[in-house]
Amino acid sequence: MKKAFAFGFLAAMTAFAARADSYPQRPITMVVPFAAGGPTDVIARIVAEPMSKVLGQQVVIENVAGAGGTTGITRASQSAPDGYTIMMGHMGTHGAAPALFKGLKYDPAKSFDPIGLAAGTPIVIVAKKTMAATDLKGLVEALKSGGSSINQAHAGVGSVSHSTGVLFDSIIGAKPTLVVYRGTGPALNDLVAGQVDFMTDQIVNVAPQIAGNTIKAYAIATPERSPSLPNVPTTKEAGLPDYQVSAWNAVFAPKGLPEDVRKKLVDALDAAVKDPNATKRILELGGTVPKTEEAGPVALQKLVESEVARWTPVLRSAVEGSNP
Amino acid sequence: MPDLVSNLGLGFSVALSLQNVALCFLGCLVGTLIGVLPGVGPIATIAMLLPITFGLDPVGALIMLAGIYYGAQYGGSTTAILVNIPGEATSVVTALDGHQMARQGKAGIALGTAAIASFFAGTVATLLIAALGAPLTQLALIFGPAEYFALMVMGLAFAIVLAHGSVLKAVAMILLGVLLAVVGTDLETGQERMTFGFSFLTDGVDFSVLAMGLFGVAEILRNLDSTETRDVMRERIGRLLPSFADLKQATPATLRGTAIGATLGILPGNGAVLGPFAAYTIEKKLAKDPSRFGRGAIEGVAGPESANNAGAQTAFIPLLTLGIPPNAVMALMVGAMTIHGIIPGPGVMTKSPELFWGMIASMWVGNLMLLVINLPLVGVWVRLLKVPYRLMFPAILMFCSIGIYSINSLPTDVIMIGFFGFMGYLLIKFGFEPAPLLLGFVLGKLMEEYLRRSLTLSRGDPMVFLERPVSAVLFIIAFAIVAAALLPSLRKSRDEVFTEA
Repeated sequence: MKKAFAFGFLAAMTAFAARADSYPQRPITMVVPFAAGGPTDVIARIVAEPMSKVLGQQVVIENVAGAGGTTGITRASQSAPDGYTIMMGHMGTHGAAPALFKGLKYDPAKSFDPIGLAAGTPIVIVAKKTMAATDLKGLVEALKSGGSSINQAHAGVGSVSHSTGVLFDSIIGAKPTLVVYRGTGPALNDLVAGQVDFMTDQIVNVAPQIAGNTIKAYAIATPERSPSLPNVPTTKEAGLPDYQVSAWNAVFAPKGLPEDVRKKLVDALDAAVKDPNATKRILELGGTVPKTEEAGPVALQKLVESEVARWTPVLRSAVEGSNP
Repeated sequence: MPDLVSNLGLGFSVALSLQNVALCFLGCLVGTLIGVLPGVGPIATIAMLLPITFGLDPVGALIMLAGIYYGAQYGGSTTAILVNIPGEATSVVTALDGHQMARQGKAGIALGTAAIASFFAGTVATLLIAALGAPLTQLALIFGPAEYFALMVMGLAFAIVLAHGSVLKAVAMILLGVLLAVVGTDLETGQERMTFGFSFLTDGVDFSVLAMGLFGVAEILRNLDSTETRDVMRERIGRLLPSFADLKQATPATLRGTAIGATLGILPGNGAVLGPFAAYTIEKKLAKDPSRFGRGAIEGVAGPESANNAGAQTAFIPLLTLGIPPNAVMALMVGAMTIHGIIPGPGVMTKSPELFWGMIASMWVGNLMLLVINLPLVGVWVRLLKVPYRLMFPAILMFCSIGIYSINSLPTDVIMIGFFGFMGYLLIKFGFEPAPLLLGFVLGKLMEEYLRRSLTLSRGDPMVFLERPVSAVLFIIAFAIVAAALLPSLRKSRDEVFTEA
């Protein structure tokens, strides 16, 4: 009896010791707040693979879709801060959401321990093939003079194409007619068919259509040209330097992680985005991997704060404008 | 033509490699087995099984995923027939007559007919894609929002014919379905509608939740209060495979179903969901004795099942030739392709012909596999019906709950099945049928979207629906169907067509 007790005690002590210095002991869940197969999901899966190798435990993707990604992020933000639940947040959930969802149950800047940026996907301004304007300046002119006679597609309030689209309109001061679609697929279909005139969207969605010459691209909203679209000028080159926008995806954890766990996750993500295979796959999608100054939790915290500040006024006025 | 032969040759050389045949078989098998779980339709199955394809080369992975897709689709029909739970919109119609056949001890015949009709439809659709895939893409582009709206209106007119009770009740159910479809966040303004402040309603009601509740759970409740019907299935199982006479009876329905399904499948924007409904309507209209429908008519299984499978296949056309996914399953396939480093677009056919033609060839191989897998399995499924009800009901309920939870990991979805189950039970008790409600639900969401989009594009002018020829024709057809159902002079014959008694 005594022996058994001692043995049990010893086992418990070992377990305790193991727990303290060898996180992770079991698989880690990464909540992706969108359906499987979308751009954020793909990036999460690409990053999860090398992260699993570094951590020595599988990082399992759980898709919890709904309400522009806020359902999944809300749920993940309320789980225990033990490092076994992390999440892939993005421009919408951690930038645009406070302006769009009144009852939001988390604060992008305060409810999380930021881990780091995973990948960005640049935004491209695209139009139907028969659009008359030959360059971005021409498009801007047409939008300013044509007013509401031009149709702009987007994939629903809160989607990347919506946020980045209304940002574009507010910068150039135009008010085209917004045509809403359920997702990017149907919007692109109508753009290819010429039912709508133009839209802004993530490079991964539009690059194959641009390459196939079914739609035309005016500019890419990043400082440098993308290797996936070498012939498409940047917004700076095309004369609209203020329009700089990229849909970013970043890993967050619920607030209050133990320091050693936090450090392990930060290091694992850092190794993952530097993994040559993961980098190659992200670049193939037209995405960007974080530069040194963009990587890590400190830079991510700054990014979230600046993004919330940037999107709130633009989106509030756009949403209020649509239902007077 | 020589082009087609050499292309298909290339395709089959890819699809028939030992590895790819094995992957195709594995995909079909796993898809069938998981698709059989109530509520786990193709979308959930592919999403769940996506990670297991990561280690494969892209062509192999896509062949396997496509196999999972057909398998799950087919497995869903099995569930619809055996336990009256349609896994997705396209198997709602199969449940109507298929389950009745099962209750009459003809489950084997229903399953066998479904397998054979699906195989035939799949073969025709594969040839169609191979021969005409690229030109057919243009059809997808002719259809603008106005045409889709007209198509959906026509679909709702079909729903009236689906019902076999009173027309008034059918219309009421359709409208209730449309109403349920508009629950959730308004796409245009982001405002919440009819959510009563519940956050789980912000994305609206999920189709599988509604279908599982209204059909599956309601069916269980109904069985529990009528002891006399409970033992029917257990006693007589009957033959396992359709006889020659059965097949002969099913053949014309299969041919028509294939043509309808293949055509509607090409349309993006979920045109394919209409396929089985349209096929069923036409079979019922053409039948000498329409009263057999809803009571286990074999054409009511063969027509919709072939339409379903043909549509599932031709839905690949916009994806493979344009790179644009026409529905949620195909969107998931895009994700799968992207993960494997192939970004689908108009260039896939020329840039990676071995992928393009390999996939097309594998579609036929996959259909053959399904036949090979499912005909022997028919016996196993049918034997499942012998399981005593006191074991079967809890098992069905458990699988429903697991299935629905696995899709979005939301506990509220499980509660909602219970709610809709109770609602379905009340509806059955009062003589309302759930099928028109489901069609109204599926089409309602799309209809609203297309209506608003066409009016936005026409700057509010409703004449757009009549000015565009395709849309005008579809409206005329819809009007004719409704008129036939409602005009007093036709009332007598209408009663003969629609009433069950």
